Amino acid sequence: MKAAVIVFPGSNCDRDVAVTLRDVTGLDPRMHWHADPDLPKDLDLIVLPGGFSHGDYLRCGAMAAQAPVIAAVKRQAERGVAMLGICNGFQVLCETGLLPGALMRNRGLTYICKDVHLKAVTTDTIFTSHYDPAKAIRMPIAHHDGNYVADLPTLCMLEDEDRVAFRYCDAAGRVVDEANPNGSTANIAGILSENHRILGMMPHPERLADPRLGGTDGRALFTALLEALA
Amino acid sequence: MKARIHVSLKPGVLDPQGKAILGALESMGVDGVSDARQGKLIELDLADTDPDAARARVDDMCRRLLANTVIETYDIDLSE
Repeated sequence: MKAAVIVFPGSNCDRDVAVTLRDVTGLDPRMHWHADPDLPKDLDLIVLPGGFSHGDYLRCGAMAAQAPVIAAVKRQAERGVAMLGICNGFQVLCETGLLPGALMRNRGLTYICKDVHLKAVTTDTIFTSHYDPAKAIRMPIAHHDGNYVADLPTLCMLEDEDRVAFRYCDAAGRVVDEANPNGSTANIAGILSENHRILGMMPHPERLADPRLGGTDGRALFTALLEALA
Repeated sequence: MKARIHVSLKPGVLDPQGKAILGALESMGVDGVSDARQGKLIELDLADTDPDAARARVDDMCRRLLANTVIETYDIDLSE
C-alpha cells in the first residue's frame, strides 16, 4: 500500500500517522510537502493529517486548501484514490469541497482534548469494514473547531447515501446529545465522499493504534485500509 | 483603492460566539439586545483604480479564500 502524508506548515500529527502506517503496513509513507505540486501517480492512499495548518488563521484549513499540492490531490480524488483526512485534514477536505459541509467553532467555545466514544455508522467502506457498528469505540479528539454543520439537503443526502462514517456516542453506544462533545449536527464525527473513498473525521485513530499509547481502537481503521488497498 | 470585506455567518447558521457575546451582555445587565452575531472584517489595499474591476477581483477572492460560502456570506465596500 503506497501512501503519502501531505505535510502543511503547522501539521503536527503527520509523524503520528506515519508511524501508524509504517507499523500496520510495514512501509514508510511518502512525506509530501504541501508546496510540491507533483504527487506520485501510483499512490493508493493520501492522508491529510491533523494539526493547525497555517496557524488556523482565517478559517481552519482554508489556506491549506489553496496549497500548490491540492490541485493534484483533487485530480487523484477524481481517479478514486483513497483519502483520509483527520482533524485538520477533515477541515481541509471540507474547505477544498472534496467533502460537503463545514467545521465550525465547538458549541462550548473551548478547545477540547480528551478521549470520546464513537461508533461506525456504516461498515460498507474501505475504512470502517473492521468495526462493529453495534459497539462503541474510543478515540481521542483534540480540536477547537469540530462542530460539523451542513444545510438540510446536504444532511439528507449524507444519510440517504450512507455517507455518515462515525457518530459520537456514549460508552454504551447510545447516540445522545450528552455524548456530543462539540455540537456537531446529528452527532456526526466523520463523513464520506459520494464514492465512499474519501473519509474526513475529527477523532484521531492514529493516536490510539498502539497498546503502549493506552488503546488500539484506532488501529482497525488502518488494518481495514491495508486489507482493501494492499 | 481600499476594500473592506465584512464576512458573516449565514442566517440560520448557529453562531456559538455570538451567543456567548449575547450572554455576556445580558450578564452585564445590558437589556434591549435580542441577538448578537460575530463576523470578521478584512481590509485590503488594492492596486486597482477601476471600481468595477476591483469589485470583481475581490468577489473572486472572497469566493476562493476569504469566505466559506457553505456557512458564510460577505459584503464588499470599496473606497478610494
